[in-house]
This record gives sequence, structure tokens and C-alpha cells, in this order.
Amino acid sequence: MPKQTKTLNLNFGPQHPAAHGVLRLILELDGEVVEKADPHIGLLHRGTEKLIENKTYMQAVPYFDRLDYVAPMNQEHAFALAIEKILKIEVPVRAQFIRVMFCEIGRILSHILNITTHALDVGALTPSLWGFEERETLMTFYERVSGSRLHANYFRAGGVHQDLPRGLDNDIAKFCESFPKIINDLETLLTDNRIFKQRNVDIGIVTKEDALDYSFSGVMIRGSGVAWDLRKSQPYDCYKQLNFKIPIGKNGDCYDRYLCRIEEMKESVSIIKQCLSMMPKGIIKSEDGKVSPPSKKEIKESMEALIHHFKLFTEGYRVDKGEIYTAVEAPKGEFGVYLISDGSNKPYKCKIRAPGFSHLQAMDYLIKGHMLADVPAVLGSLDVVFGEIDR
Amino acid sequence: MDSLSDLEKKINSELTTKINESKILHNQLYLSIDNEDLLDVILFLKTNKDTKFKQLIDITAVDYPEKLRRFKMVYLFLSHQFNQRIIISSLINEKEVVPSLTKIFPSANWMEREVFDMYGVKFKDHPDLRRILTDYGFEGYPLRKDFPLTGHNEVRYSEDEKKVIYEPVKLEQNYRNFDYESPWEGTKYIKEQTKK
Repeated sequence: MPKQTKTLNLNFGPQHPAAHGVLRLILELDGEVVEKADPHIGLLHRGTEKLIENKTYMQAVPYFDRLDYVAPMNQEHAFALAIEKILKIEVPVRAQFIRVMFCEIGRILSHILNITTHALDVGALTPSLWGFEERETLMTFYERVSGSRLHANYFRAGGVHQDLPRGLDNDIAKFCESFPKIINDLETLLTDNRIFKQRNVDIGIVTKEDALDYSFSGVMIRGSGVAWDLRKSQPYDCYKQLNFKIPIGKNGDCYDRYLCRIEEMKESVSIIKQCLSMMPKGIIKSEDGKVSPPSKKEIKESMEALIHHFKLFTEGYRVDKGEIYTAVEAPKGEFGVYLISDGSNKPYKCKIRAPGFSHLQAMDYLIKGHMLADVPAVLGSLDVVFGEIDR
Repeated sequence: MDSLSDLEKKINSELTTKINESKILHNQLYLSIDNEDLLDVILFLKTNKDTKFKQLIDITAVDYPEKLRRFKMVYLFLSHQFNQRIIISSLINEKEVVPSLTKIFPSANWMEREVFDMYGVKFKDHPDLRRILTDYGFEGYPLRKDFPLTGHNEVRYSEDEKKVIYEPVKLEQNYRNFDYESPWEGTKYIKEQTKK
């Protein structure tokens, strides 16, 4: 009788520590070699887009925190920019610097989480212990400026909610001095580590063409050698005035993507420093009373301010008829908002373009022919967060 | 093409009959085309040396239930080489089938699945048109405007049956959808709009 072989179907997740959330990955295995991967997503689907259609523009902002919840403010940024462009609101310079600074803090938050959990997936425990201490420091900055560690709800169309509290700029500057040492420490643990390299070098290689075809963005496309960063190519807010480099990978494997993230963190620290030194004094949100609420003091003195306050928090502001796509360079890639407004106080349609969605889609292409043990390594380097993929 | 207006001219001259309307807004080019010409137009934009829209950013649909051609399909493209964005839209009715882009852009696979899941638009020649974001066995198309915000079913763990069960949604309080039509004068741009 001829020998018969059968492939084995393996359910990876939805409750698996290396699945980075609620991913259900159905793997077809031939021995230890993966023949097919079929990701089942949507286990965290909350209908964000439908909810946003039923909320006023200001009420919609917190939903953006809950997409990629490791770098909340970067998402808010895309939404704020979309509204500002339709309404043609000028954002005060100080607000631009504050926003960019917190976006870079978000980038560091996200990259620390990704690098350390990626290391954890391939067997290194220590980086996560060291990295999470720094994340905690960064999240206290979030807390001090917005009142909450994670779901900040801080950016507004036309600026930010509040000015920096006293002393925060000094503390962020101190962090910028101490943090590069932590990056170096992480690098001593990982960059030349033999096991880490064996698990990552030449794993999950993406060629330039495929990176374009699969709609990759962010580190996933830069790791493959495409010099593309929206902060440089389509600068928004004050990125034009800042001086920073874009790290590019060469081989497009998991290891290059790791290196890109490490270098990006160093650049982010430099951007934060520049923001702190270049940030002028002044107002932090647009002075258009029809879009941004008046100060407490004004409400007590002026009837008009009181009416504005009341109308803004009940009815909200109306956004001119129009459609627009705006994208920002979120830590994970191009995060975009496609907004259609019908002139009312609620968006008619708000499509969220999450970078992780197209990255995870390529899982089958990336993992085909690799060993089962490479699945967590590739998944780790994709940097998936299900808040944004499932929406 | 270096500038968007050059690009607009180039596309209009090359694809004269296929472009219904083109406009430049917010530094992006908006094209509206017919559903039948979709593949031709997109293949041209991807391969032509002056356009090179090599990356598909997203596919989505917009629902206008009161219109005869109910859905507007929207395709977003990016050209890295010329640093330009283009937004292509086509109107379709509820029963129309849209050609799938999966042959041209492999990333269209999930994006089209999402549109199918959320709006019920069907795609021709799609290799694997399953639902993607909603629950296994879900019915209805959640992003259509006539789908209620609360949905139809809710789940809970039943102590009697020792499993998770589906039940029709019961709301303690109705969703409060306020009427915002108000005599408030609004901003300047609203005034201009109402004059028109």
C-alpha cells in the first residue's frame, strides 16, 4: 500500500499569548512546515465606523484612541487633520508642536511594546521587563496632559484640549536624556544576540514589489528598502520644520524591521527634543468660537461664550460638505481617515484605514514554507494590534 | 506627472470616454467612472509610466439609500514615485456586481471582503468572498444606513444551557437620537451653504 500523507490543521489562537490579541490563525501544516495560513479576524469588532456615524465630531474622537490602543494620539491626529482640512482651520503653532511631540511619544510607546513582545515571542524575557518601565513613564506623560494613561481623547480639531501642565516639559526633556541609554541596553540584549538573530534573520522576507502590492506601509515597507515616510513625503503639522532621518532596511526580513524600529525610536527622541526647544508660547487651540470651546473664565463673563459652550457640547460643530482622505504616519504605518461630511454635525461616513489590516492580510504570503516556530516571529514583526484591525 | 493638474489632463486625454468627472480637492485627485470601466482605468493607472499608482490604499463603499444607484464604491490609490493620491469612485445599484481587483492588487482581497461584509456588495472573480469582521453566521450588512446601530442580536452566557446564546436585542432605554436642526445661526460657511 502506498504511503499516504495528510496535512494537519492547527488552530492558533484566539487565546494565545503570541497571537498579540484575539487573532485566530488556522494553519495548515505539513510536518512542521506551514503550507497555508488563514487568519480569522473580527473577534474584537466593535463597529467603530458605524458608531462614529452616529456621534458628533467631538464625540467621535475617543473612538480613535481605542483603535491602536498602544499609540492612541497618532490616530486622533488623523481625524483632527481631516476635520481641519475640510473646515480650513488654522492650528496654532504651539498646538502643532504639542501634537507632534505626543505623536512621537506614541511612536516610542508602540515600538517599545512591539520590540519587547517580539523578543518575548522568540524567547527573550528581559527586554519586556526593561521596556515596560519606560512605557510607564511615557504613559504618565499622557496622564498628566490628558488625564488618562491610555485613552487620551486629547487632540481636537483646531489644536489640543489643554496646555501642558507646569513642569511637564522639563520631565519630558529629562526622559529624552535618559531614554537613549535604555535603547542601548535593549540593543545589547538583542541586536547581536545569537538566538535572536537565528530566529529573525532571513525570516519573513518581503521584496520591494510585494511590499507595494500588498499595500504595506510604515516599517513594513521601509524594512524592505522603500524610502517612504509620510512625515517626510507629505508632511503635516510642523514636521516640515523638524530635522530627522528615516531608517531604511535592506533585506526586508524580521531582523531589519526590528533594526528600523530601534532607529526610529532614536529619531523620535531627537524629534521630541526639537519640539521642546522650538515650541513657542501661545494659544493651544483655534480661537474660532464655533469650533473650539471657550475658556472657563470667558463663560463666566460673556453670554456669547456661554452659548457657544452650550451649543458645542450639545449639538457640536457642523462640518462643511465635503470628502477627504487624510493619512498620518502612525507607528504601524499609514493610518488614514476617509471622511465624508454632509454638512451636519455628524460624519456621514468615516472609513478608517488601518495599516495592520493589510499587513496581517499578507500573513499567508509571508509564512508559506516557513516552520511553525517562525509564526510568532513573523507575527511579532508585523506589529499587529487588533483594536485597529478589527475596528 | 509632476503636478496634479498635469495628471488630471493626462488621465482625461488618455481615458476620455471612461472618465465621467474629475476634480482636484485638498491636493487629491477625485475621478468618477463607470463600474464597467473599473479594471481598465485601474490597470492603466498602475502601469502607465506617468501615473504609477502602484499602491492600493483602501477600498470602501458609501451608502446613499435614497438614491437609485445606492452605493458609491471608493478606491484610494497612492503613487510613491510622484507622491500623489487619487480617489476613484463609481456608483452602483444594490444588485450590481463589481469586478474584483484581486488580480491587479493582491491586497484587494480583504478590502473587498470587508466591503462585502459591511455593505453586501458582491465582487466578480473574487477568490474567497467570505465575511471577515462580523461574527460567524452573522446576518445583515451593518454599515448600511438602514441597519440599526444596536444591531439585531445580542449574546450572553446562559446558566441553564451552559453555553453562549443569541437573543434579540432588548434595550432598557431607547437610543436617543436628537434632532439637531436648530435656529442657531451657525458659522459663516453654513450661512453660505444655506444661501445656495
